[in-house]
Amino acid sequence: MNNRAYSLENEKEHKFSWKFLFSELKPKGKWLTPFNIISIPIILLGISLIVIRFWKGLGSITNLTQDVPWGLWIGFDVVTGVAFAGGAYVVTFMVYVLNMKKYHPIVRVTVLNGFLAYAFYTGALLLDLGRPWHVVNPVIGNSYGTSSVLFLVAWHFILYMLAELIEFSPAIAEWLGSRHAQRILSGMTIAAVIFGITLSTLHQSGLGALYLMAKEKIHPLWYSEFIPMLFLVSSIFAGLSMVIFEGSISHKVFSDQISEKNYHSQNGIIHGLSKICAVAMFAYFCLQILVFLHTKRWGLLNTPMGYWFLLEMIGFVFIPMVMFFYSYRTSNIFLIRFAAILTMIGVVLNRLNVTVIGFRWDAAVHYVPSWMEIVVTLAVIFTEIWIFRWVIRRMPVLRESPAWAKE
Amino acid sequence: MSINRRGFFGLLGATGITLAIGKNTFASSKDKSNVEFSGVLYDSTRCVGCRTCEYECAAAHGLPEPLSEVEPIRKTNETCNTVVNTFQTTKGEVYIKRQCMHCNEPACDAACLTQAMHKNETGPVTWNGDKCMGCRYCMVSCPFDSPKFEFHSTNPKIQKCDMCFDRQNAGEKPVCVTNCPNDALMYGKRRDLIKEARRRIYENPDLYTDHIYGEHEVGGTGWLYLSPVPFEELGMNTNLQQSSYPSLTKGFLYSVPSVDLLLPPLLLGIYTATKNKQHKEDDNE
Repeated sequence: MNNRAYSLENEKEHKFSWKFLFSELKPKGKWLTPFNIISIPIILLGISLIVIRFWKGLGSITNLTQDVPWGLWIGFDVVTGVAFAGGAYVVTFMVYVLNMKKYHPIVRVTVLNGFLAYAFYTGALLLDLGRPWHVVNPVIGNSYGTSSVLFLVAWHFILYMLAELIEFSPAIAEWLGSRHAQRILSGMTIAAVIFGITLSTLHQSGLGALYLMAKEKIHPLWYSEFIPMLFLVSSIFAGLSMVIFEGSISHKVFSDQISEKNYHSQNGIIHGLSKICAVAMFAYFCLQILVFLHTKRWGLLNTPMGYWFLLEMIGFVFIPMVMFFYSYRTSNIFLIRFAAILTMIGVVLNRLNVTVIGFRWDAAVHYVPSWMEIVVTLAVIFTEIWIFRWVIRRMPVLRESPAWAKE
Repeated sequence: MSINRRGFFGLLGATGITLAIGKNTFASSKDKSNVEFSGVLYDSTRCVGCRTCEYECAAAHGLPEPLSEVEPIRKTNETCNTVVNTFQTTKGEVYIKRQCMHCNEPACDAACLTQAMHKNETGPVTWNGDKCMGCRYCMVSCPFDSPKFEFHSTNPKIQKCDMCFDRQNAGEKPVCVTNCPNDALMYGKRRDLIKEARRRIYENPDLYTDHIYGEHEVGGTGWLYLSPVPFEELGMNTNLQQSSYPSLTKGFLYSVPSVDLLLPPLLLGIYTATKNKQHKEDDNE
């Protein structure tokens, strides 16, 4: 983010100065909040664990084995985190491509959330790489493994992060008071949005396609050739549930940032998003039933893994779907928020069932993440929230853009 | 918000990049099934379980010497590229050597995003440390769990049998083949090895089970197995698909260029359509 600030500095705008930038870097608000008291020790512990990881190898802090080479850091941080970041492509599609002005107040915060999620969770990927100093190999072109799904996912990730940065950049320009840059960057938005949606459809499904070659290793209730399609469809309601959840929290925590008009439009937005969630979940549920019938897995249902599958499908897909449909009539915001939380649990379950729980379900010794893997994951999430808070307090994300930018 | 000239060119450039990436995807998926690969035929009826191959392999690859007393059934790991396991079967004690199978169309090669895992023209699947970024996607993809990762190293390598690629390039046979005291291992062109295996089964139908493991499994493998008992009894997975593993992702990979090319114009069209509608509504007001 600082790089962007340096490049904008060349635009020679009236308000910008180094003094301003330094004053903005300082923390604002109270220090001893409950969130800080919990997050600071975890972040510090996470950093020391990361040092140990690079010093003594991956095996020193993770429980990964030769049979389970991908654990929590891939299955949760990357695969689940990216599904939750799916809200950005859905909301930008609605606002910029379909021109639904109603959702404009949440577009910036959703894009910011998406961008930070990608930056941090794919950043967490670097921790998981055994030889991270070669991470540029598939990028700079000295060894393109173009028949690899991971190659496509990596490229789509990188380009999508760029697209999201462009989508968000007008807010940075407004923060720095750079009119010229704001005008140029705003003009690039629609191109970035169209590009970004395309990239999203492919890498959301691509994350599922990664597991297509693990055919014998994933429990048959979760493995099918439709994993990419299922991942794509579920990313729609995963992302929107996250938007509903995050919006409800931001609405309280950052209420000083939100203009009166937007403050009151929030319920209408949440209500609209819940309708989309309902329809997307209906499509997803039907697709799951089709896959189930197509693969004739009736016999597997009456096993422990079968009950687990039913819990995921009924408890965390069907029931929240019914709640979302029910809220069509009642507009019960509390019910919608509750359904969003259930949906998010369902998405976490689904992604972990494919990547961790159902992976090598038949092995004698199961992979269970070490407490250190969990602490590092929490540290990554907390650091992301810190940066999110830092940006929200400074840039026009939740609050209105300055008057000059609206012309 | 409107699409100006700059935005349009941005979009055009984006489409161009996508096109370039898409082309590569198509070009790389060439059919490798007609190339003459070298391989090894392992005949477990001749194997006496002496584990000479384990010792010679470790010595040739700079790995620690195997223990003399071991469990009857083991897996290869990051310090040993091959193991000889002992199974109690319906026909008594049978030994079986395990190592990387060197598939004709390897999942690890298709999975690798840096081409560090590579199926050489001559047959061996080898690993290149200058390219590998340690993502371990090869391990996730391999149906035989062949690649092993040094989890406790700061500079971790992927370890697996390389079919003595360097020796083969120098015109020699793999060390395990050269040193096998009982001719259980035979090195040659894969096609000839299949012929030889068929001949052995034909001439000794009572001795062998009528199955050459590796002839069709996952689209064919470089290592071929003969056994006196069905391969399930030896801990080999006989439910593996007959088509190659990379074919599992082909459908997805082929859809990528289409989506990358077709979705942006569609979105642009919808954008233009809704924008016009907005103008008309404004006019009506």
